[in-house]
Amino acid sequence: MSEAAAQRDICVHVRLFASYREAAGTNQLDTPLRASARVQDLLDVLSPQIPALTRARGMVAVNHTYVNPDAELHDGDEVALIPPVSGGR
Amino acid sequence: MFKVVDGPIDELALDDDVRTDADGAVIVFRGVARRQSRGREVVHLEYEAYPEMAEKVMAQIGDEMKSRWPVSRVAIVHRTGVLQIGQASVVIAVSAPHRGEAFAAAQYAIDRLKQIVPIWKKEVWSDGSQWIGWENEAHAH
Repeated sequence: MSEAAAQRDICVHVRLFASYREAAGTNQLDTPLRASARVQDLLDVLSPQIPALTRARGMVAVNHTYVNPDAELHDGDEVALIPPVSGGR
Repeated sequence: MFKVVDGPIDELALDDDVRTDADGAVIVFRGVARRQSRGREVVHLEYEAYPEMAEKVMAQIGDEMKSRWPVSRVAIVHRTGVLQIGQASVVIAVSAPHRGEAFAAAQYAIDRLKQIVPIWKKEVWSDGSQWIGWENEAHAH
């Protein structure tokens, strides 16, 4: 396997909401990543095109469960980028 | 009952869902779109959800309530889309044998919902709009 192929051998389905969705101009993306990539790696890949990800840091859910930035991603995972949730007192 | 809906919330359905003959208290909390927010006049609100996950997390909050207080049943329904002033965005119903635990659990439910349920609120003013999250709420009031 070539090195290029080895670096891009999983793909995750990214869902974007609210401020992140508006900043990205889309509500979903399919993002290729190297095998064993972690959530932080995905954020690093997307942040240049979606600066809001680092400006208003929220939470990340994989397959509907909140995870830490060091969680490992797997091919086909649904990764939701969750901006800070609704306020109100 | 833990649901995200895109139209008006049927409060009586929540009441029916939680009431049992063992209960002496049913608390129904209704969160309502308010005219004034942080000194600005709100024209309307828009709510957006990640529905599949929101319903799962709301059910998790129901489990947390039952582990902390002797409550019988919990129902949470959140609305998405455009809401006019005075319309309910969320309704929480809690039943319990006695009122003390029902009040406490209902307060916990709405506080927790705002922390972890993936639902977002946009305030729309006559001259702009903004998604409201905890980074904005630091300056509330």
